[in-house]
Amino acid sequence: MTVEILVCVRRVPDTSENEIALNREGNDIERDDLVYSINEWDNYAVEEALQMVAKAGGNVTVVTVGGDDDEEILRREMAMGANHGVLLCDEAFDGSDGKGIATILKAFVQKGHYDLILTGVQAEDGGAQVGGMLAAMLDYPFASLVNSIEVRDGKTLKIGREIEGGNKEMNEIDLPCVLSIQTGINEPRYVGMRGIRQVASLPVPTYGAAELGVEAGAVGASGAKVKRVDYFAPALGKGARMLEGSQEEIIDELLELVKAKGGLK
Amino acid sequence: MTVRSILEPAQANYWLMQGQTLFLILHILGVACFSYIVAKRMTPLLRGQTDARWDRPWTRLGMVGKFWLGQWKQPRYRCAGTLHLLIFAGFLLLATRAFTVLIQGVSANFVMPGLSGEAGHVYGIITDYAATAVFLCMVIAMIRRLVFRPARYEVPPQYGQARTADAIFLLALIAVLMAADGLLEASKAAFQTQQGQPAEFLAVLSLAWMLRGALLSTSLPLLQNLHLGSYVLHEVTFFFLLCYRPFGIQFHVETSLFSVYFAKLDRGTLKPVRWGVSEEHLDEVKSFGVKKFEDFTWKHMLDFYSCADCGRCSDNCPANAVGRPLSPRFLTRKAREYSFQHYPVLGSADQGPNLIGSIYSEDEIWSCTTCGACEEECPLLIEYIDKIVDLRRGMIDDGNVPQSLQKPLKAIESRGNAYGKMEKKRADWVKPKEFQLACNVRVLEGEQRADTLYFVDSITSYDDRMQAIGRATAKILDHVGENFGILGAAEKDSGHEVRRFGEETLFQALRDHNVEAIQATGVKRIVTSDPHAYNALKHDYKNMPPVEHISQVIAREVKSGKIQFRPVEDKNNVYTYHDPCYLGRHNQIYDDPRDVLDAIPGLKRVEMERSRDRSFCCGGGGLMLFYEPKEDQRMGVKRVQMAAEAGANVLVTACPFCMVNMEDAIKVAGLEGKMTAIDLAELTEQQLVRKAPAAVEAAEVAGMQQEFAAGR
Repeated sequence: MTVEILVCVRRVPDTSENEIALNREGNDIERDDLVYSINEWDNYAVEEALQMVAKAGGNVTVVTVGGDDDEEILRREMAMGANHGVLLCDEAFDGSDGKGIATILKAFVQKGHYDLILTGVQAEDGGAQVGGMLAAMLDYPFASLVNSIEVRDGKTLKIGREIEGGNKEMNEIDLPCVLSIQTGINEPRYVGMRGIRQVASLPVPTYGAAELGVEAGAVGASGAKVKRVDYFAPALGKGARMLEGSQEEIIDELLELVKAKGGLK
Repeated sequence: MTVRSILEPAQANYWLMQGQTLFLILHILGVACFSYIVAKRMTPLLRGQTDARWDRPWTRLGMVGKFWLGQWKQPRYRCAGTLHLLIFAGFLLLATRAFTVLIQGVSANFVMPGLSGEAGHVYGIITDYAATAVFLCMVIAMIRRLVFRPARYEVPPQYGQARTADAIFLLALIAVLMAADGLLEASKAAFQTQQGQPAEFLAVLSLAWMLRGALLSTSLPLLQNLHLGSYVLHEVTFFFLLCYRPFGIQFHVETSLFSVYFAKLDRGTLKPVRWGVSEEHLDEVKSFGVKKFEDFTWKHMLDFYSCADCGRCSDNCPANAVGRPLSPRFLTRKAREYSFQHYPVLGSADQGPNLIGSIYSEDEIWSCTTCGACEEECPLLIEYIDKIVDLRRGMIDDGNVPQSLQKPLKAIESRGNAYGKMEKKRADWVKPKEFQLACNVRVLEGEQRADTLYFVDSITSYDDRMQAIGRATAKILDHVGENFGILGAAEKDSGHEVRRFGEETLFQALRDHNVEAIQATGVKRIVTSDPHAYNALKHDYKNMPPVEHISQVIAREVKSGKIQFRPVEDKNNVYTYHDPCYLGRHNQIYDDPRDVLDAIPGLKRVEMERSRDRSFCCGGGGLMLFYEPKEDQRMGVKRVQMAAEAGANVLVTACPFCMVNMEDAIKVAGLEGKMTAIDLAELTEQQLVRKAPAAVEAAEVAGMQQEFAAGR
């Protein structure tokens, strides 16, 4: 059996390499000096797809909704080993909310034949909405917070899900389905400049609203039913306390505190 | 009693065959066998990658003179080194004798040209003693291996079984060879003496002399048989040894000469991805680095054969010392065993598995700090850093990189530093007000010009603690009247560790960026306070103006008198200097920092046992700060303990990465409050006698007035 996998990815400001500051209007962050990278969860999803395909055979396609700048992350994932990269780009898409993005992706999914669709659990600047909505729109089964996948036969997967408190549950899920992938499911491979250079000449097709058959009014800013009204950094709360004294005293006090809060029994 | 002469082996009959014929056949068989085995051993070398080792023949011959003939590195280990020197000298002296004996098996009266008459007698005496010395060395070596068992010969369980039996067997064979040679001579001399014939003079107290003494009353027929028998023993042992050597460490007898001749000549450099492929054509190279055995260069394969398993590399390897899964000795030994297995003497070669995952583990290869202690110690100049980097290049190419390293690599790619900090904040270290009052550091952009560039590099630019080293360096440059500036946001990481971690493509991008930025400033020289940046600018970059480390500048200006020191305040402090690997071993700057310290009045300095070229790595710099090694202990902790053992309470170093590791180690080792670490530049700046204190004070006053005026 082979699996055709679509991984939905997103380019986000890299939180570890930026100093995030609010813009003057206070409705967004200052984007002039930002560096971007692939959303971390999505990178794990692509790695997982590549490992599944390496075992079972098939193809991995990465897709993103965005502009020309976003092609960079498609190339990076192609350098990792994804077979195809597709950019969904149209002025009409700008300002889409989660549902809008899911609508655009749904249109693209229906143009092809995918056994499995992966998304990251969430985007660093997003709200963990697209995976679930996409599944619902496609009428596919959905599992979130997936941290292990086992390909069984052509019809089902055995998946593990992370449960609050560090527990794990195992599920069987029918294909085709949508899974949102949790970080830590694997160890994504490294992609350097050399790898990206090697895929620089591969084509990355672009589809707009017309090609996808998406009604422009249903997506983009005009179609968005969720709108951001404010953006700010919350004021620092109280609660931090510096322990003082010798190393031993600090350790003793810390142990007492942890015990008092129920951390140690 | 009839006088008769002893029958020489060539003239005697051995069973049904005349000696001459028998030995001719044995000679031919032995040589043919040896040639076949050596040819088989050369097969992988022919399949290996090219290597540029055919240049500078005179320098290379000089290396042979110093390191092969002169055994330069041997005395670094007093006992084993002395033994080896004696054995090596013995072998060289005995070579002519051995050939003579072999030829005498075919032609009884053969005398080596030039060694007839008086010269022959002198040579005879020399070889008697040489053989005796070698024999005794073998006995001592066997006792060492069996009784004293030096720790560096032990084989930890994860690396397989000890080879003591093998070593003893080899030593015994050589001892037998020496004894057979002695017996051959002694039996003849005893025979001739009994017959009243003139006998060859045997050196007093030599092995042959003692054997002759023991044989003087032995019957003539027995002496005759001993003479013929010892020749056969000599013959068989000689050719067995010859053909046995290519099966183990003893092969170094043949290969060491070539390993030393073809040794790496340029310190501090790294081999290119592929010799003979220019950087513009690198994109056409399908696979980077070493993944399979045949990706090693022929010289590196030759190294595997030449390793004598003496264990000195691992004895000095800091990674090995702290229990990381790396031991240079076994890096080589595993490769040798791999090559013996997949390029067998009997049968045809097969394609072995990739090296990572079969004989090497990923952690093993990432564990190396490239400190160079192993290479410094190896008597045969075997290379390790280039191999490690090549293996890393292979892993990088396969995307096989620990998560802990992926983030900093990505950050360097997008931000030019491993910390992911903003480019525009790279010069923020010059901003503290007190510093700006004392020293104005210009950023060389636009119309700003200077003679000297201070290349700061990432850690000194961004790390709060290391910024102090940057400011001290700037103040020193200012004090000595240097017209200097920095690149500021235009500077990116030097890429020194990026390259040594195998990310060649990223390194080249960083280098190209920096080279362009540096050339745009038109500076005449570069100074840096970071030995890693120093090494990169000096050896990895091309077409750079002269580069100096700040310790060189300080040492020079101390001599010129521009830098004068106040006496140390606390006379009870004891200082010790820790040699950073990339200043010391890789660039041979040992004396300048010490001269600076010794120029400070009242400074008491002690040396750690491991100092200069035996310095012990602090734990590694650059990306190594991000790597999470499997280890029992931190290298830095071991190092600060060494400083404490030496009686020091101030550890002076000259590298920001050493500072990170040492300061952490002082805390971990529980030496906080008892020991401090300071950079040479910081110490220099602290003890400096200011040119014109009044001017500085005036500036300070002016600054206070300004602040006052601003209403603060």
